[in-house]
Amino acid sequence: MKSLKSNLFGIAIAVLALVAPFIHAADISLLNVSYDPTREFYKEYNQAFAKHWKELKGDNVTVRQSHGGSGSQARSVIDGLDADVVTLALAYDVDAIAQKAHAIDTNWQKRFTHNSAPYTSTIVFLVRKGNPKGIKDWDDLVKSDVKVITPNPKTSGGARWNHLAAWGYALEKYGSEDKAREFVTKIYANVPVLDSGARGATNTFVQRGLGDVLLAWENEAILSINELGRDKFEIIVPSVSILAEPSVSIVDKNVEKKGTKEVATAYLQYLYSKEGQRIAAKNYYRPTDPEIAKETAANFPKLKLFTIDAVFNGWGEAQKKHFADGGEFDKIFASIKR
Amino acid sequence: MKWQLRKPSVLPGFGLTLGFSLTYVTLLVLIPLGGLLLYTTKLSWNEFGAVILDPRVLASFKLSFGASLIAAVINLFFGLIVAWTLSRYNFFGKKIVDALVDLPFALPTAVAGIALAAIFASNGWIGALLEPLGIQIAYSRAGVVVALVFIGLPFVVRTVQPVIEEFEKEFEEASTSLGASWWQTFSRVILPSLMPALLTGFALSFARALGEYGSIIFISSNMPFVSEIVPLIIVTKLSQFDYVGATAVGTVMLLATFVILFLINAIQIYSREKSL
Repeated sequence: MKSLKSNLFGIAIAVLALVAPFIHAADISLLNVSYDPTREFYKEYNQAFAKHWKELKGDNVTVRQSHGGSGSQARSVIDGLDADVVTLALAYDVDAIAQKAHAIDTNWQKRFTHNSAPYTSTIVFLVRKGNPKGIKDWDDLVKSDVKVITPNPKTSGGARWNHLAAWGYALEKYGSEDKAREFVTKIYANVPVLDSGARGATNTFVQRGLGDVLLAWENEAILSINELGRDKFEIIVPSVSILAEPSVSIVDKNVEKKGTKEVATAYLQYLYSKEGQRIAAKNYYRPTDPEIAKETAANFPKLKLFTIDAVFNGWGEAQKKHFADGGEFDKIFASIKR
Repeated sequence: MKWQLRKPSVLPGFGLTLGFSLTYVTLLVLIPLGGLLLYTTKLSWNEFGAVILDPRVLASFKLSFGASLIAAVINLFFGLIVAWTLSRYNFFGKKIVDALVDLPFALPTAVAGIALAAIFASNGWIGALLEPLGIQIAYSRAGVVVALVFIGLPFVVRTVQPVIEEFEKEFEEASTSLGASWWQTFSRVILPSLMPALLTGFALSFARALGEYGSIIFISSNMPFVSEIVPLIIVTKLSQFDYVGATAVGTVMLLATFVILFLINAIQIYSREKSL
């Protein structure tokens, strides 16, 4: 008996010694909850990060992605989706997770550089080939014969940037809030369909042939052109637009529970690396790294960009004034009431 | 009606199955719905009223109940014809048509919505034909009705069909031999005995339409005050993290649906007793 036991012990040790190197290379799984148009970008980035992490620590990281309207994605996390990181369309949605579920440190925006926005984007116009309605700038969107496609800002993060971009343009050009409201009202009066998300609006414009101009994320617009052919659509860059800063954060509650804080933080930090920035630029997000920005400058047309902080005093205030129940968006639609 | 607990059958096991059924229904239906009601109590009556009487929410109630009613009526009429055809006549490809009827049951509604939107959009097969006539189906209220008709059809057909199949031809023959016209036979003999099944089909189709979301958001233009259905209002409120507002709208929807279904059931019981 005794010899059998010690034999077993010996075997166990031998097996352990054999397996140990494999046990050490842990398999880590991260969940990145993101918004609609980042699909292609993160697909590429996840592979790059997995390689980087393997070289650095020897562990295998698989990153699962989830995409949808930014607001509803945030809600899923609030309701308990075990995201390790969120990479959403706007800071307000990350704030919501921090405030409603206390799942993210309220100080999250200070944890990564550039207010936790590793890449930026802006809002541009996608029009049909040859630009039959002659759309050049925001002023052309209020003409009565132009049909504008933009999603519902209550459900779509991108649509909120669209709304604020138009408002900011009018505010600067016409000088008063009333004039800006009038201007944005005229744009919404030209909107035939309000989709719930950015991808839905792109599909309506591209597949269903509805509308003359699509207000879109710059990267989404370039992507549509590349996928559907330059012979069908073209991009119009307005004179002024908003600097859209999609925000990233780790979800403290979940990474602490799952013990993935280190790798989740590294995952987001790597977005700022030269490689991360290059992949972002390749997927038509504007890089924040000055060197990569210079390198890829040819891909991104120059235009005047204003920030939400400068014109709207940050997301908290913009959200409350424009998109909350009874806010500007509701008032505008109550006044249109066709 | 006798309102008492009576043994409905000589078969044993009544107590056990009744107990099981009650527990099962409670766990599956009553507790979640109770939670919904409970959540709504977080609102005061004033706040509740403000949520419900908001013109945009009211407009969506009008659309949801109106479009569902229209769709259910259309389904009632055409569903009866389809059920009649399928159970009374034999023709080439009948089995295929029979199977097709069930398709809306199984198809993910989002797929249905995208397919319908693609066909009825102004660059789609049917939409392109209708556009010169000034008829717009996709991205309008009409589109909502079309999608609801699509998803509701099998409910009427599948509830009415077995009743027609079991209906004894002798009644019709007797009616005809007694000198009744075709219409008299239909309206006095056939229709009354189909009534309970028709009402059930109507109620199911109506209820299904009220709760439909997936297909509608693709074919509707989702414009506030015009083509927003109630489920979209609820989803929108949720996207804004307004859980309480969403449950308030959901509760009203629940109560209204319950009352309507209850009334239809009452009519159905009444008509069944009358036809016996």
